[in-house]
Amino acid sequence: MPSIKKNRFKALAALALMALGQGAVAQTDPLQVRNWAAACSNCHGTLGVAQPGMVSLAGLAHDDLLKALQAFKSGSRPATIMHQISKGYSDEQLGQLAAYFAALKK
Amino acid sequence: MNIQRRQLVQGATAGSVLGLAALVSGCAQMGGGAGGPKVVVVGGGYGGATAAKYIRMWSDYQVQVTLVEPNAAFISCPISNLVIGGSKAMADITTPYDGLVRRHGVQLVRDSVARIDADKRVVRLVGGAELPYDRLVLSPGVDMMWDTLPGMGKLGAQEQVLHAWKAGAQTLALRRQLEAMPDGGVYALTVPLAPYRCPPGPYERACQVAHYFSKHKPRSKVLVLDANDDVTSKGPLFKKAWADRYKGIVEYRPRHTLVDVDAGARTLKFEFNDDLKADVLNVLPAMRAGDIAVRTGLATANQRWCEVDFLTHESKAAKFIHVVGDSIQTAPAMPKSGHMANQHGKTCAGAVVALLTGKQPNPMPIYNNTCYSFVSDTEVVHVASVHRYDAAQKTMLAVPGSGGVSGAASEIEGAYAMAWARNIWADTLA
Repeated sequence: MPSIKKNRFKALAALALMALGQGAVAQTDPLQVRNWAAACSNCHGTLGVAQPGMVSLAGLAHDDLLKALQAFKSGSRPATIMHQISKGYSDEQLGQLAAYFAALKK
Repeated sequence: MNIQRRQLVQGATAGSVLGLAALVSGCAQMGGGAGGPKVVVVGGGYGGATAAKYIRMWSDYQVQVTLVEPNAAFISCPISNLVIGGSKAMADITTPYDGLVRRHGVQLVRDSVARIDADKRVVRLVGGAELPYDRLVLSPGVDMMWDTLPGMGKLGAQEQVLHAWKAGAQTLALRRQLEAMPDGGVYALTVPLAPYRCPPGPYERACQVAHYFSKHKPRSKVLVLDANDDVTSKGPLFKKAWADRYKGIVEYRPRHTLVDVDAGARTLKFEFNDDLKADVLNVLPAMRAGDIAVRTGLATANQRWCEVDFLTHESKAAKFIHVVGDSIQTAPAMPKSGHMANQHGKTCAGAVVALLTGKQPNPMPIYNNTCYSFVSDTEVVHVASVHRYDAAQKTMLAVPGSGGVSGAASEIEGAYAMAWARNIWADTLA
């Protein structure tokens, strides 16, 4: 339990810092992004740590993850399902999700 | 601006301290007693088990959660059609509740609910215990509307004619009926008018039974008798599977509204079509919200489904009672699925923790649905969608341009489907 807790606060703190850095995005609510990210865990595991056969998102490099999500969204990266899911999110939301997962412990 | 920044940093880095303080004061206000606010969750399926786990996690284990569930273990409806088809066993779809108890400190009570006193905020169990709550989460699933099929009320009828639409004893019993059926027999599956639990489920089941027949009883037939005008989900993909893989085995007949069943004579009676006798009858009756929700007066939509606020899943009929999963009146284009129930569970958990700590629930939930269907023992098709809260319409709407179905059935998606199952079982229960 303690590691889950620590892990999550690291992610929330990272989001808050990101919001600070961007100024205009100061209304970013870390809990809202946490809730959005939890919708990914059905396939990618609770806190982004997946069971065998699926990609874990926890601790992936922010830029790599964001690029992958954007490529799925634009259609430039082939997928079975992520091209359809990623289109449900704005670029800003994808960025927030990438930051959240990047800050989680692998 | 400075204040805003400071609040953000505090909220993020000192979250546990602030959260705990708020919980303690919240507790005092609500008379929750020692040990923090109390949440009772009724029903340990995809919706309830997920809500129980995430309320614990997201409250830093400060909110007490009691899960009331009559079954000894979680048995998954998704993948259960493969048990009926013979390529998976019951053990493959069964997960114990140990993870919720040991890892997350959920108190598991193996019992059923006799009644809910919404005014006093107390759940009374069949076994006699009383569980007071600050907030109640109901995930009662569906129950069958047997009164629409009078013959199914006769003694023994429901043991002879199975639905197997709640994974468990009936899943295995239906498998046994198919095994006992001689080659050259007919299996007839009736589909109720939508909405019902798991829109593509009946058509996947037709594929699984046909797959079994094609390998072991090739002269046998699968008859799908659908009350709807057409296949309600992934239609072209299922029809292609039936035409290409199960030609001469599967026959699909739309607009067949079942009005009665003669279990002894193994005969189906329809509103406009001729009676039909078959060797194995598999009847999916019309469904509604689980009994306890109906008895508590929460099924306000046509006396069948429970209307909720999609920001919190709080019932529109009763304060402090939240409803998740198949029993809710769904938003447009929202299926009644295990994946969606898990999403409801998390949305509800976030809101319940926020409300117990005096915070605003997330004003804009966004979540997805992913549904895989096996057309053989290895090849799979999917439908996916993304749903976002619309503040003007106060409901969840599919995000334009998102979602879709598979181009064709594939073994790659078969592997992803099993990975999906392992992950959602872990996300719900581990």
